Amino acid sequence: MIKEQKVIDKNNPVISIRGLQKAFGSLHILRGVDLDVYRGENLVVLGRSGTGKSVLIKIISGLLLPDQGIVNVLGKEVAELRNKELMDLRLKVGFSFQNSALYDSMTVRENLEFPLVRNSRNLKRSQINDEVESVLDAVGLLQTIEQMPSELSGGQRKRIGIARTLILRPEIMLYDEPTAGLDPITCIEINNLINEVQEKYKTTAIIITHDLTCAKETGDRIAMLLDGQFAIQGTFDEVFASQDARVQSFYNYNFTK
Amino acid sequence: MDPNTDNSNIEPTKYFLSKKMDGMFIEVYEIYKFILRFFKEVFLPPYEFKEIIHQCYEVGYKSLPLISLTGFITGVVFTDQSRPSLANFGATSWIPSLISIAIVRALAPLVTALIAAGKVGSNMGAELGSMKVTEQIDAMEVSATNPFKYLVVTRILATTFMIPLLVMYTAFVALMGGYLSVHSHEQTSFAMFFSQVFESLSFLDLFSTSFKSTVFGFTIGVVGCYCGYNSTKGTEGVGKAANSAVVAAMFLIFVEEIVIVAIVNAFR
Repeated sequence: MIKEQKVIDKNNPVISIRGLQKAFGSLHILRGVDLDVYRGENLVVLGRSGTGKSVLIKIISGLLLPDQGIVNVLGKEVAELRNKELMDLRLKVGFSFQNSALYDSMTVRENLEFPLVRNSRNLKRSQINDEVESVLDAVGLLQTIEQMPSELSGGQRKRIGIARTLILRPEIMLYDEPTAGLDPITCIEINNLINEVQEKYKTTAIIITHDLTCAKETGDRIAMLLDGQFAIQGTFDEVFASQDARVQSFYNYNFTK
Repeated sequence: MDPNTDNSNIEPTKYFLSKKMDGMFIEVYEIYKFILRFFKEVFLPPYEFKEIIHQCYEVGYKSLPLISLTGFITGVVFTDQSRPSLANFGATSWIPSLISIAIVRALAPLVTALIAAGKVGSNMGAELGSMKVTEQIDAMEVSATNPFKYLVVTRILATTFMIPLLVMYTAFVALMGGYLSVHSHEQTSFAMFFSQVFESLSFLDLFSTSFKSTVFGFTIGVVGCYCGYNSTKGTEGVGKAANSAVVAAMFLIFVEEIVIVAIVNAFR
């Protein structure tokens, strides 16, 4: 699937991060991160394992608190929000987990119904069914509706995880390692799905990955997390034209292994 | 991870007493915060009635076969074991009174609570632990559902409501077991047996047993949920959570039993 060139309004960041710091004990993960994500773009955050990519999106979604800095999402400072306000914000920020995090005691249908029923309590049964079938159709897995997560393949679980997130119609999608542990063909399918989701639901996305193919296929912009800060940002070609040895070694390892 | 429980930065680099002692005090403080949060959230909407009923079914109904068997055997064995001693004094007619006091005051609450700690507590520890390490709890949170309310509050309420009911049931089944044993040896009638049973029991016995069972139920729920909800370190952590849930709950049940008996005896 060939990505279309998008017009992105760079005066209107939906996520704005300034001076973000996060440490776990004596281990300083994020050391003053600055980042803007604009409406309608797919931003890929690249970096080696353990550099704090997942920590970054967990802070954006309010799962972790920052030690220092400002994280502003859709005009609201996440760390300052009260519980109710945070819940309201989370309806607009979808999070697709690395291991899908499907509720393993529920069927696919129940997994998808869960966030919908809990957040839109006045929906009729027929409306719930329509919504569930619509998002399942969007990820191409309508036939799995009555299956248990344990009966699905890794790629199918990722897709259902994305569908469960989409059912709340979020404005922002956070993907944590969407292609990790998948075979190359399934990786391509997931990359295409991320692009399709962006086009169909008009979402803004942050995609955390260390897979350069995924970055190239899905990213409008790449931000590379090095030593706890975004050292380089730009298009895929701009980032990897950099002479920074850390960037080059990352590129060479991915494309020459 | 809930920001309210984001303790990622409280790992101290220097210890006040020793690593183990400090860890113990921190753990006690964390449990205190956990219980406080339960009482805060239990009264706030939305109320998860459907899930509470589901958990009551899991805790209560699904424990019935095991509780029935254990209660019945307890009644029969306790009666059979008491008979020779009482027979030496020609006091076998006191058996109904003896077993009613023993079962209602001590055996039924203890046996039920210990069985529930093993079955329900370990189940809660393992289930929540597994959900925690596979990020299902985080997934619930990012989909704007309060996982503490949905998973923890409902389970603690279920054990707090259901354990007293199970204790009543166990007492009844154990007394039936005792009756069958008495009937087979002394040919005592059903009416005679149960009139002796109820004559021996006071309001204080019934009240203290109900109170004790409620405390046991709350303890099993809190410990099981705390261990599971705070488990770490992957599959190893899930096993540890299940194990800790059982061991800690059983230990606390015995401690509570001693304390409550001492208090009740002061009023007797």
